[in-house]
Amino acid sequence: MTWRRALVIAIPMLWLGIFFLAPFFVLGRISLAEAIIARPPYTPLFGRAPDGSLEIFASLENFRFLLEDALYRNAYLSSIRVALISTIFALLIGYPIAYYIARAPEPKRSILLLMVILPFWTSFLLRVYAWMGFLRTNGVINNTLMSLGIIDAPLRLMHTDLAVYIGIVYTYLPFMILPLYANLTKLDAALLEAASDLGASPVVTFLTVTLPLSLPGIVAGSMLVFIPAIGEYVIPALLGGPDTLMIGRVLWDEFFSSRDWPVASAVAIVMLFLVVAPIMWLQSVQNRREEH
Amino acid sequence: MDGPAIAADTRPWRDAAARPFISVHGVTKTFGDFTAVSDVDLDIYKGELFCLLGESGCGKSTLLRMLAGFEQPTAGSITIDGEDMARVPPDRRPTNMMFQSYALFPHMSVEKNVAYGLLREGLKKSEAYARAGDMLRMVKLEKLARRKPDQLSGGQRQRVALARSLVKRPKLLLLDEPLGALDKKLREETQFELIKIQETLGVTFIVVTHDQDEAMTLATRIGVMKDGMIEQIGEPREIYETPRSRFVADFIGTVNLFEGTVEAAAPDMMRIASPELGDVLMPPQEGLTRGQQVWGAVRPERFTLSRKRPEGAQNAWEGVVEEMGYIGHMSQYRVRLASGALIRASQSNRMREEAPISWDERVWLSVPPAAFRVLTQ
Repeated sequence: MTWRRALVIAIPMLWLGIFFLAPFFVLGRISLAEAIIARPPYTPLFGRAPDGSLEIFASLENFRFLLEDALYRNAYLSSIRVALISTIFALLIGYPIAYYIARAPEPKRSILLLMVILPFWTSFLLRVYAWMGFLRTNGVINNTLMSLGIIDAPLRLMHTDLAVYIGIVYTYLPFMILPLYANLTKLDAALLEAASDLGASPVVTFLTVTLPLSLPGIVAGSMLVFIPAIGEYVIPALLGGPDTLMIGRVLWDEFFSSRDWPVASAVAIVMLFLVVAPIMWLQSVQNRREEH
Repeated sequence: MDGPAIAADTRPWRDAAARPFISVHGVTKTFGDFTAVSDVDLDIYKGELFCLLGESGCGKSTLLRMLAGFEQPTAGSITIDGEDMARVPPDRRPTNMMFQSYALFPHMSVEKNVAYGLLREGLKKSEAYARAGDMLRMVKLEKLARRKPDQLSGGQRQRVALARSLVKRPKLLLLDEPLGALDKKLREETQFELIKIQETLGVTFIVVTHDQDEAMTLATRIGVMKDGMIEQIGEPREIYETPRSRFVADFIGTVNLFEGTVEAAAPDMMRIASPELGDVLMPPQEGLTRGQQVWGAVRPERFTLSRKRPEGAQNAWEGVVEEMGYIGHMSQYRVRLASGALIRASQSNRMREEAPISWDERVWLSVPPAAFRVLTQ
């Protein structure tokens, strides 16, 4: 029996091993090297000293460099800021939508859910390009506002932080809505009636019953938006301006423009820890909540 | 029917001048083309423990939900303590409800659940928790105040729900199948506890139940519902002894129903011709005409069984004991008459007879005319 069990667990383990752990170790190993003009473009880990003995080249120089150079620090901080603000907006927009769908009667509910998922059926890149059409200087939004006489000159919407926020919130909204919806459909309507029966107004009922009970959905949805948003590359590259500094873009530049693989690897590893830390913290918070 | 006058009569419904505390007038509720509650009139008095009794889907829960404010009547009005409830949302009503599923907040401790309603009133935290603690002592749960609802047994949850709905001292407490989820023994204990609490606090209770025993035990009065309408309102004894329709007679307790037509009506006696029983004497009833179709209803315990034809009996039939069940304090019989009619009769076992009537014996059944209830619907 035990080897069968091992077989079942082996498949996900193998998957994680090949597609997560192995690349992670490769990255880790490169991040300890030094960039050279060669193929591959970094120093080997092992080498021969002039006297013939085995030498190991490994240094934390790249990580020190990341800390000292303000560019990287700012890129990390601004990535976290962009991801955080996007997550908050996705939550503020996604929660009412999820609540509405969860409370909708059955045929309507399935249609609404389908509409949330529908954008996934077209290419992500295409949808971001569509936003460029909306936000351009003579795009849909500016033209409409000007023809209505609300503004005289076109607004600068493209290549701004605002465009990046719009792009991220738009793209990741379904990831916020779906876990929230899954959570809110489980909410027993009798609990809301009980709260109102005991004298709670609709607002107080929401704050004291609905919101605390939907916290797991909020956490799950926020994670699913925050984590990809922090490393987002395509949206800031297409919609953002030259001053939109995000770590995904820095990573790209290091790898492909500077061809400094070791620094790029170090950037990637630090980003991984930046993403993992809040997850671990939230997990422990949730576990503690469940125990009590 | 009128019992001896009690010094302070606690039955205001018998007093025509008494003002009802809750007044339901012409209330109808439709969902699409389905009529859940149809033109219900109901007056309930202060301090009553009123039971709405009926099968599932008869509209009793919908009526309760309209009293709580979760549903709006399609037509008609509901008045509580002189105040029209039409525009009053549930959170402003002087009512509290104990839900069938208990609806305890799973993320709050027992104590927080009970204090919830008090905190909504704007009570100080310390005072709210003190009063919640008093309430929990009353339902004997003070030791479990810090537990979460999922750490409690069904009976404990039921008591938390009761404490939570009573802590605000509502003018009216609505209970939706309050004992439905409990096992039989716990249920019987809780019934009497509920009556005690209701008498102590003097709160008016409306209980919805499908269990006739529960209604009979708990209620000051019962409203029997069928298809969204109230069939009969009365004290448990009235409902049992003088049902107004075959449905009520059959729904409460066991009954023998016989069809017949009025053959002769005298001021003191009425003769009914029944295909099953032959000529039967029943008590007179006004408004009946010769040849009218009626039903005679008689409870099993009103029959007397004997081996010889009882002397002077006005209604007596001979039959064979087809089945017999010994319950202990009484025995139940099914007696087949020559006409093919099957009669359910019961005898209390007050004396140890030398040889009790048993299977396959030929017996005589007799019943006094007054034991029949004549029904026209």
